Amino acid sequence: MATLQSLDLKRRSATAGTPPAARQTLEVSKLIDISKCIGCKACQVACMEWNDLRAEVGEVHGYYDNPGDLSPSTWTMMRYTERDNPDTGDLEWLIRKDGCMHCSDPGCLKACPSPGAIVQYSNGIVDFVSENCIGCGYCVKGCPFNIPRISQTDNKAYKCTLCSDRVAVGQAPACVKACPTQALVFGSKEDMIVHAQGRVADLKSRGYKNAGLYDPPGVGGTHVMYVLHHADQPQLYAGLPNQPRISPLVELWKGAAKNVGLIGIGFAAFFGFMHYVVNGPNRVSKEDEEAAVKLKEGGK
Amino acid sequence: MTNSWTDIKNADLVLIMGGNAAEAHPCGFKWVAEAKAHKGAKLLVVDPRFTRSAAVSDLYCPIRAGTDTAYLLGIINYLLSTGKYHADYVKHFTNAAYIVKDEFAFNAEEGLYSGYNAEKRSYDRASWDYEMGEDGFAVRDMTLEHPRSVFQLLKQHVARYTPEMVERICGSPKEKFLKVCEHVASTGNGEKSMTIMYALGWTQHSYGSQTIRTAAMLQLMLGNMGVPGGGVNALRGHSNVQGLTDIGLLSQSTPGYLGMPRDAEPTLSAHLGNRNFRPLQANQISYWQNYGKFYVSLLKAMYGKAATAENEFGYAWLPKVDLSYDALHQFDLMHQGKINGYVCQGFNPLLSVPNKGKMRAALSKLKFLVSIDPLETETARFWENHGEFNDIDSAKVQTEVFMLPATCFAEDEGSFTNSSRTLNWRWKAADGPGEARTDTVIIADLFLRIRDLYAKEGGAAPEPIMSVDWTYIKPSDPSPDELLREMNGKALVDLKDPADPTKILRRAGEQVDGFAQLRDDGSTMCACWIYSGAYTEAGNLTARRDASDPSGLGVHPKWGFTWPANRRILYNRASADPSGKPWSVKKQYIHWNGSRWVGPDVPDFVPTSAPEKSAGPFIMNPEGVSRLFARKLMAEGPFPEHYEPFESPVTNVLHPKTPTNPAARVFKGDMEVFGGVKDFPYVATTYRLVEHFHYWTKHAKLNAIIQPEFFVEISPELAKEKGVKNGGWVRVFSNRGSVKAKAVVTKRIPVLTVDGKKVHTVGMPIHFGFVGETKKSFGVNTLTPFVGDANTQTPEYKAFLVDIEPLSSGPAIS
Ligand code: SF4
Repeated sequence: MATLQSLDLKRRSATAGTPPAARQTLEVSKLIDISKCIGCKACQVACMEWNDLRAEVGEVHGYYDNPGDLSPSTWTMMRYTERDNPDTGDLEWLIRKDGCMHCSDPGCLKACPSPGAIVQYSNGIVDFVSENCIGCGYCVKGCPFNIPRISQTDNKAYKCTLCSDRVAVGQAPACVKACPTQALVFGSKEDMIVHAQGRVADLKSRGYKNAGLYDPPGVGGTHVMYVLHHADQPQLYAGLPNQPRISPLVELWKGAAKNVGLIGIGFAAFFGFMHYVVNGPNRVSKEDEEAAVKLKEGGK
Repeated sequence: MTNSWTDIKNADLVLIMGGNAAEAHPCGFKWVAEAKAHKGAKLLVVDPRFTRSAAVSDLYCPIRAGTDTAYLLGIINYLLSTGKYHADYVKHFTNAAYIVKDEFAFNAEEGLYSGYNAEKRSYDRASWDYEMGEDGFAVRDMTLEHPRSVFQLLKQHVARYTPEMVERICGSPKEKFLKVCEHVASTGNGEKSMTIMYALGWTQHSYGSQTIRTAAMLQLMLGNMGVPGGGVNALRGHSNVQGLTDIGLLSQSTPGYLGMPRDAEPTLSAHLGNRNFRPLQANQISYWQNYGKFYVSLLKAMYGKAATAENEFGYAWLPKVDLSYDALHQFDLMHQGKINGYVCQGFNPLLSVPNKGKMRAALSKLKFLVSIDPLETETARFWENHGEFNDIDSAKVQTEVFMLPATCFAEDEGSFTNSSRTLNWRWKAADGPGEARTDTVIIADLFLRIRDLYAKEGGAAPEPIMSVDWTYIKPSDPSPDELLREMNGKALVDLKDPADPTKILRRAGEQVDGFAQLRDDGSTMCACWIYSGAYTEAGNLTARRDASDPSGLGVHPKWGFTWPANRRILYNRASADPSGKPWSVKKQYIHWNGSRWVGPDVPDFVPTSAPEKSAGPFIMNPEGVSRLFARKLMAEGPFPEHYEPFESPVTNVLHPKTPTNPAARVFKGDMEVFGGVKDFPYVATTYRLVEHFHYWTKHAKLNAIIQPEFFVEISPELAKEKGVKNGGWVRVFSNRGSVKAKAVVTKRIPVLTVDGKKVHTVGMPIHFGFVGETKKSFGVNTLTPFVGDANTQTPEYKAFLVDIEPLSSGPAIS
């Protein structure tokens, strides 16, 4: 459904060689300024409206997070964290809009075994192409931010598209358009970094010594960035990874495939190797990582 | 609002108290975000809960629900005792210098002003006024030293509200309170301004009007009225509730806040005689002296040709009231079986009026109930059994219910008046579904049928109906365009210029330019004088969409139309000192240029009245100045005083003998069901959530998805004490009823120490009921007390008492 063309592609999952990339579009970014967000969920509703998503009417579980998690029909949601700031003694209510970060170096795309099911456009947007998706769930494992979700209905992976269809025709994503406080802004990545610097300076003047921009280098930077009051502790914000990086398992897989050079064998190996991981917990355990790192290093 | 939404960006300091703008007015809150991001403004939030507004604030100070008056009086005391107020503004632009009558007294021990009648629960307010001089003007002492000057009386009155006393009453930590005071005081110099944003957190108390008055007094002490980024700004709830009150859908006023005719005023001359607004100082404008012009023009709009000078323009046909017929009084009468038919238009009283049990009993006594609404409301279904949520024996209800489906806002054209007093015309987006008709068509249909019945069958008093002027192009469907033209008003004969009778100001039949052209001789008509100027011969100004803002101060003079006279900041002449010079360059707005008052806005003054004439900037008051002392205008006293809510966990430490508002009206039977702290130890407060709009959006799927279910919020400490689990079920009960809810255990509900005693709060969002897409619920008004503000009768929803207990499972699903 994306209206960007294959000529705009920068990367394509499970595809040898790079796509034509005949055109270079402007590298874009959405900036989420947590210090300006009032948690109103207008962005969440705008997302549901634009993408025609309707989750179930759920229940209250003791928090304002509703629906309770990302899902095939919830591509973005607000996560609310209460925290006593030990330095000031004051309560803080940290509200983070969760959703796809559109990494420059996307773990989902790297992990995806199905050709063309995940693409990255030259503007930086990482998009899932449903007709190519085989529902294997490896993107879930590959994502350092725990974003993609597999639909029980059609067995395909879903996540935020950064409104690639709107962006393709020069419009900002629906969430950005809806945000009443301009906690969400959208533009070229360069401009967003400049804008963020101004916001960080404002926060520092209000006593947030560690205010900063979240654009994690471990995934090559992202096309969704956060302004954080406590950039030194991203995990305070409902577990935003401190130093996200692509799981060594995925790196290993990529490495192995390259070494073997035979996609077919690689495929089988990958299935065998990843199967238990996918059916296990989402987060890579420390042991998994260590094992993988050893394997990878051994394989060199 | 005295100022406007867009003006908030000019503030150096934003105080959100008695409201939660980020939650309940997120789109307006953008101007706070703007002030913070571009002006470096600081945001202070004072609230019983750590709200969404608090989440983005610079300083949050907790307060016990219902003690805001004491808190604000505490700030005024801080200003007066430290001298950090705007002395020149106070001296020249308020009634600080006025001498109060000798007979006036306040007994601090009793908590009562002079003139109290305990039996009637009301005051004889005769002594609450100024000393009058022999020249017929009020006596002043410009040194402010006279012991009976308003200034000295106020100083003495607020001296009791020390930071320690504020902490004792409000439970607000002293250091936090003092920090707030320092921030607030930093704006008392003309160089900086503070805006105050409030909403139902101030109005929904038995003394809410007094809290708002205290805020106004605070802003006057600081010189923050009439300046950019200042003001006392009411955040109105519905998109057009400002329009609703403007147009007179209040029980105590007619359109444009003109007085409701009363039994004691059987004739127009008696009504006008009570409102002569004689100036209390030399050279004052006292604009209400024009009252008669507005009133006669209103009568001409109502009765057209039938309104003549001989019949006092049909004044006799208007109903006269003996008492206030506010919602609480109406439903009390219904409960007594004295009202037997009721029309609800866009109103869901079963959920929105206190004490649902009493409401259900009252509605059951009706012969008929009409619901004109786009939605099927709980009220229209009050007779239907919904298990625990609405436990009623339907077979016993004899009330006949008629539902007349109406279109919703996007299915009709017309104007909205927002909190900024700005009328914005908007166009129809879609046709209404099914049989839905616009409210105008429904009311016109009702009116025409009733008139036909009178024409055919006569009746006891047909004139009030038969004389109504209904000359619309299509009588069954008066167009919004015609209605706004009528509100603007027109000349009925050629209007000659009083200054030059050879000049015609407006030809007969032409729209007037504004209320200044209205007359009291029947030569003009105008259905709502404050809207005059909205639809002139230049066209429908409310449809203007020119966002230009030449001054950059958020004035946007060509966007819509703002009443009165397209003025964006009220009292704006007060932005300049008595000599007409701006108090400071930074806050320059309207000033005297030697021959005129000029600036980016429409001056709130006679544009050519030179400062030397010393007319005061508060032109609506006969004093020409604003009032720190309210004279006879408030039910419970000319100065605000701290009273406890009718259900309070503590006694009134200032005057235990008069703990609650002595002038508040309490009906028989309602006093008896107030609960005490022994049985109901916790303070409950109700509020809105950003995900929902009142009781409407629970009908919408998207809103239900993001906030699906009723819950109550308590602190981890209370949860532990009571054995309540986060996300588990609880029962909350007051002396009037009981509800079941999910518990949200959160640090956002602070535990306070009030007068040495621990006070817990139970927070309850209002939005849920038994009809709609969200999960079925009881309605929080199952618990709330049936008592209102002594002046406005707004129900006390913000502070009452409950108890809470854990449950092993939720309500049975019906
Ligand atoms: S719309 Fe803006 S303010 Fe509201 S939750 Fe989303 S990011 Fe926050």
